[in-house]
Amino acid sequence: MTDVTVENATPARAKKGSGTLRHILWVLRENPVTGLSFAMFAGLLISALIGPSIVPYDPLATDASATLQPPSAAHWFGTDNLGRDVFSRVIVATRLDLVISVAAVALSFVFGSVLGAIAGYRGGWIDTVLSRVLDTIMAFPLFVLAMGIVAALGNSVANIIYATAIINIPFYARLVRAEVNIRRDAGFTQAAKLAGNSDTRVLALHIFPNALPPMMVQVSLNLGWAILNAAGLSFIGLGVRPPTPEWGIMVAEGANYIVSGEWWLALFPGLWLMLAVFTFNLMGDGLRDIVDPRRRS
Amino acid sequence: MLSIKDLQVAFRTRKGEVSAVRGISFELARGERLGIVGESGSGKSVTSYALMRILDANGRIKAGDAVYSGIDLRKAAERDMRDLRGREISMIFQNPRAALNPIRKVGHQIEDVLRQHARATRQDARQKAIAALEAVKIRDAEARYDAYPFELSGGMCQRVVCAIALACDPKLMIMDEPTTGLDITTQKAVMDLVDELVTARGMSSILITHDLGLASEYCDRIVVMKDGQIVEEGAPQLLLSAPQHPYTRKLVDATPRRGVTIRELLPQEERRPLAPHVVAETPLLEVRNLTKTYQGKSGPVHAVRDISFTIREGQSVGLVGESGCGKSTTSAMLVRLLDPTSGQLLYRGEDLAQMPAADFARNPLRGKIQMVFQDATDSLNPRHTSRQSIAEPLKRMTDLRGAALAARVEELASVTGLPEHLLDRFPHQLSGGQKARVGIARAIATEPDFLILDEPTAALDVSIQAVALNLLADLRARLGMSYLFVSHDLNVVRMLCDHVIVMKGGEIVDAGPVEQVMDSPSHPYTRELLEAAPQVPIPTAAA
Repeated sequence: MTDVTVENATPARAKKGSGTLRHILWVLRENPVTGLSFAMFAGLLISALIGPSIVPYDPLATDASATLQPPSAAHWFGTDNLGRDVFSRVIVATRLDLVISVAAVALSFVFGSVLGAIAGYRGGWIDTVLSRVLDTIMAFPLFVLAMGIVAALGNSVANIIYATAIINIPFYARLVRAEVNIRRDAGFTQAAKLAGNSDTRVLALHIFPNALPPMMVQVSLNLGWAILNAAGLSFIGLGVRPPTPEWGIMVAEGANYIVSGEWWLALFPGLWLMLAVFTFNLMGDGLRDIVDPRRRS
Repeated sequence: MLSIKDLQVAFRTRKGEVSAVRGISFELARGERLGIVGESGSGKSVTSYALMRILDANGRIKAGDAVYSGIDLRKAAERDMRDLRGREISMIFQNPRAALNPIRKVGHQIEDVLRQHARATRQDARQKAIAALEAVKIRDAEARYDAYPFELSGGMCQRVVCAIALACDPKLMIMDEPTTGLDITTQKAVMDLVDELVTARGMSSILITHDLGLASEYCDRIVVMKDGQIVEEGAPQLLLSAPQHPYTRKLVDATPRRGVTIRELLPQEERRPLAPHVVAETPLLEVRNLTKTYQGKSGPVHAVRDISFTIREGQSVGLVGESGCGKSTTSAMLVRLLDPTSGQLLYRGEDLAQMPAADFARNPLRGKIQMVFQDATDSLNPRHTSRQSIAEPLKRMTDLRGAALAARVEELASVTGLPEHLLDRFPHQLSGGQKARVGIARAIATEPDFLILDEPTAALDVSIQAVALNLLADLRARLGMSYLFVSHDLNVVRMLCDHVIVMKGGEIVDAGPVEQVMDSPSHPYTRELLEAAPQVPIPTAAA
């Protein structure tokens, strides 16, 4: 009984949009970690969008006179065995890695949501069949499954995306199923039916949006996993092929040189990979607070 | 025995520090039964939590003294408090199901408290736990010892909680809304039992409740709290029949009781004359042999068995019964959210039962049959503002758009007394009464002929309930709607309804005009229900 009703007669917010914006700003200010993660995400986005045009060297250009140079003022992250600038390659790789992870997460979000929502809302045999199929996917070691899919479908960026999406679908479907299921008989669901909404509308416009807050946490964690997954596939030689700059391949190629003392080849792409995953993991709580109207005061 | 002086409790929140209890003082003598009465947010529960030192992490006792038999409850070490809780002071919480550990046998939970306070050894714990269960009059205690909480009914669970609370023979028992959510006859049984045990053992008790009737029946002295302060205290008969403080008077007035009209629930200055509602002879809805049978795991479950009744145009019918009597199933079938197993629902002569509930959303009659839900919080989409919630049925079922739609929403808000600036708030930013208004505005948006009210005031404070009931009475007169008022509170039904139907076990056991059924109950079950309802002493003539 700690709720003390505050009856204040604040006039209505001038515009709906300004309320949402204010709420986002409040979320960013309230938690410095959230603010930091969004700033880091902005940095990643900028690298992805305009990276290729701002980097000092062509990421594919080889220079036989400057191979395996340690980090210096000219080459911040050093150069590789063919004399390519590691810094330029790391920045340019951002776009490819982000595209893979965002596309994969978007695909699994959409398909997982649809499947999970149907299973949770309809229940019965549809629920049983869908749940068992998803359980079957989860029974595989997921990375091995992704390897199998890419190996079977062929080495291409599109196939990495599909493979990453498929192994992530069960997580979304399960989450949505549970969230939909607990709201299936809620008062506001029945009220929506009384307001003349068909089952599809009730599910899509009334129940599903309420599942978004926990979904956002899942999305951001998943973006991190997806990047790691794509990099992992490239690392073992599936997916993106050299000489395309990609963090996973760069770590894989650089790993051969660690023994001989050229540590920068593997360290910097690995560091960027870590930072990206770290950013996405930190963003989760902030994203959830932004899409949850109940956080507004 | 217990003495509280100038107690202040505050909570840290996003908006700064909020005082929940602002300097209250009272004393409790040995063997005395004290009642703390107030509405939500009055700080009555917080007071008891502060005494037990179980406030939330963001709450603290700011000032004041609380002394129990010479022990300073504010300064006592946590170890001493642990010793005190359960052995000297025990507490019964609002929701017995939440208070019990769902995955432990109830017998073990009683043993836990006995062992904690060294009242039992490994050898005799079981025996003592069974004795504790027998003390709270649980039949077949030996077998119940092995039951899990989910296997017991709400009333049984509350008895188990009582058994735990009483196991170590405490001197003081604090009961925080012990019967909220229990049926009226169960409430009476539980309260009678606790009262008997407390009196027999010479214990003191503090009963925290919003129900004046309950407090007046089971307490020797009542303190009335408002906004963290005590506004009045005294013996129940005197306090409630001749309240001195305006707030107490308002509470007493707002409590539904025998022999008052719906307008008399409101404070005197707000009592405008009530326009009469017209009951026509033509039937609006005829229910014929309605039956609902579920396929349960252990055979068919007969939720509703072959019921028939008629609601005439403009008539308000009360549907009364305890939980599990089939009243919710009946209303869900009437509002076409659920398909009946068999039977007819003749709405102006057209059989609605022929249309599957899943397709009824697209039927033009959808807007004519609407419902106000029991829990206003649960029935509003947390992601929609009040405006969106009220506009939803208009968007789906009418052609109103843009400015016309906004105008209609604002009109509905003003009809239901919802201030316009609240329209852009989300449900969690509204109080209970405001949410109830949004729910009512949404239900009447499409100008229904028939409105089902499923305990619309059950979750509201009495003063807000009084306003909501009057609003419903006004709307009925103004819009000529017929009501089916589902409730367990017979006093409310008596005030609002013309006709009443009493259900038990899925069947109608009693029906007739309100005066006839309630004033001279012929059926024993109706009489039982009427007797179980706690009554507030009738106030003397207006001051």
